[in-house]
Amino acid sequence: MNPSRRPTYLAAALVALGLCLPAAAQEEIKIGVIYPLTGAAASTGLELKNAAQLAADLINGTDRSLNLPLAGAGGLPKLKGAKLKLVFADHQGSPQVGATEAERLITQEKVAALSGCYFSSVTTTASQTAERYGVPFLNGESSSPQLTQRGFKWFFRTTPHDELFVQNAFEFLRDLEKKKGLKPRRIAILAENTEFGTGAAKLQEKYAKEGGYEIVEKVLYPPKSTQLTSEVQKLKAARPDIVMQSSYLGDAILSMKTYKELGFVPTALVANNAGFNDSEFLKTMGKDGDFVISREVWALDLAARKPVIAKANELLRARHQVDFNGNSARAFTAIFALAEAINRAGSTKPEDIQKALRETNIPADQLIMPWGGIQFDETGQNRKGAGIIIQVQGGQKVTVWPFDLAGKDVIWPFPSWDKR
Amino acid sequence: MTAQLLLQTLLSGILIGLVYALVAVGLTLIFGVMDIVNFAHGEFLMLGMYAAFWGFALWKLDPLFTLPLTALLLFALGAALYRLIIRRITDAPMLSQIFATFGLMILFRGLAQYLWKPDFRSVGESVVAGKVAFAGLQFGLPQVVAALGAVLTTAAVWWFLRSTRLGAALEATAADKEAAALMGIDAQKMFALAWGLGAACAGVAGALLSTYYPIFPEVGSTFILVAFVLVALGGFGSVAGAFWAGILVGVVEVVGGFLWDPAYKMVLVLSLYLLVVWLRPQGLLGKA
Repeated sequence: MNPSRRPTYLAAALVALGLCLPAAAQEEIKIGVIYPLTGAAASTGLELKNAAQLAADLINGTDRSLNLPLAGAGGLPKLKGAKLKLVFADHQGSPQVGATEAERLITQEKVAALSGCYFSSVTTTASQTAERYGVPFLNGESSSPQLTQRGFKWFFRTTPHDELFVQNAFEFLRDLEKKKGLKPRRIAILAENTEFGTGAAKLQEKYAKEGGYEIVEKVLYPPKSTQLTSEVQKLKAARPDIVMQSSYLGDAILSMKTYKELGFVPTALVANNAGFNDSEFLKTMGKDGDFVISREVWALDLAARKPVIAKANELLRARHQVDFNGNSARAFTAIFALAEAINRAGSTKPEDIQKALRETNIPADQLIMPWGGIQFDETGQNRKGAGIIIQVQGGQKVTVWPFDLAGKDVIWPFPSWDKR
Repeated sequence: MTAQLLLQTLLSGILIGLVYALVAVGLTLIFGVMDIVNFAHGEFLMLGMYAAFWGFALWKLDPLFTLPLTALLLFALGAALYRLIIRRITDAPMLSQIFATFGLMILFRGLAQYLWKPDFRSVGESVVAGKVAFAGLQFGLPQVVAALGAVLTTAAVWWFLRSTRLGAALEATAADKEAAALMGIDAQKMFALAWGLGAACAGVAGALLSTYYPIFPEVGSTFILVAFVLVALGGFGSVAGAFWAGILVGVVEVVGGFLWDPAYKMVLVLSLYLLVVWLRPQGLLGKA
């Protein structure tokens, strides 16, 4: 070739390449995923990111051994095998940053849909941005009930919210009565007096009334108290069958120590997640943490009844040397739900994806969650979501409800402190 | 509601009140001698807790065995802080003093978070695990031992101030530092001593609490508010005042919370404080 003609060829090649670019872009469907990747919750954010990426890679890959929607499809078949590309953004735990990142993903990255943000506060603002732009937002792991009570048209949530979790505790009690003939009737509520505790206490009162239970005592206490003696004495004096407790870690530890100190033994302690589910709680309490019952969104021992969980967990372990937990399992599931809808829509137009999401109907056996499936109601909430009830047995958290997913039988009643 | 239940809460209140008192004794010592409000006092307590925790975690030494060492460490820290920082601001405007001790508070919390992570820790199986039960009442052994330890330490401080030459010199400096200086008392030494003792009291309280209370970098903030109330309630600078105020506040908090509503237990404590300040501005045992 004549060296002087080289630039011309080069230019022609560049033009050709330029013409090819839009076509190449068609083969990628971008989804914006916003998580706290720096800041106090960075370690959780990274877990969520890793789980979401694993979900996308499974859809883009060819391993068909997992019974999950589109797993092993090598991309989205109805979009000519276009690959799913997750564009991650960091909200640093800040609602403002979450909103601006959502805007950047929509306007500059041109994502087809958004997912995230773990923190309910950030999901609130980021989904407002999505609503303004008319871009579908699928949230997988924020549990504030208000999120789906805003009348948004573009917001969908796969995870059950806090109210459903509280409801679950009462379903568990009803099942105990129906299937095991246990009849706890007297409930005492112990809750810290900020938004989390008071909100939960209100819901517990509501469901107790509906279920015909008697609230014999309701104690709200200031969090991070120096002592919880008066609180526990009040509970003890009320002689409840069940204590329903909503506490963060420090208070959960202090209250358990005070129960033991004052020899308080209800028939069961049904905790509302939070401090009681923190790994530090069991580390600190040792065998004194045994028999605590709590609600949880997910547990690894569900794998015994759902083999797909074990398989997915193996893949995550191979990559990141960690097991799934309630948060990462939900982030993983959100990507599948979103991809399944986009594929069914067969288009990246927001309206088409929105319509497909509204028609979503993923069966229970295609999920690693203990849910009845995914199907959104008119508010965008997954109506088939459910939590599980776990109990600490021999220092391990085991699933005890729903009974058909349970790894072990629930130990009931709570043994007295001197008989352990 | 039985008399027994009431007696149980009353005694529980006294137990925690005695620990509050020890924290406040340290605070009131520093204030009494120097007229400086030490905002970092809760952090001394936190450091005492961590000293006890690490002694246990690294060498399996019980917090009660390492107690003298914890006291010494905190004494050295308090005295050193005086030499390095507080000495320079003794005559500075009050705002500088507040900022200095407030800054120390933030520094210590930040350091604790950085070095030991914000996790909750606790001393697993202390030698004092167990229960004391009599006449149908029951108390955790850790709580009882902590209260006893607090009384003994407070009594030791009291004895030191009343019955030793050094203690008398400290009290003299508190009463009038110029006059004390004229009598040949080295005020600098006395100030350092007050800081050392004050920090040691908080450290001992922390070590005693560590047998049953969770340990985390912000733990000081939980106890410091009560300590401030006690210092004002008992009378600024009065060790005996802080002691009795501790018992009073412990009882009001626990019994009041039990009889009324635990959500308002601090409301009761602070109302009591307002009442005393209104009727007796110098505090229960303070000098007008």
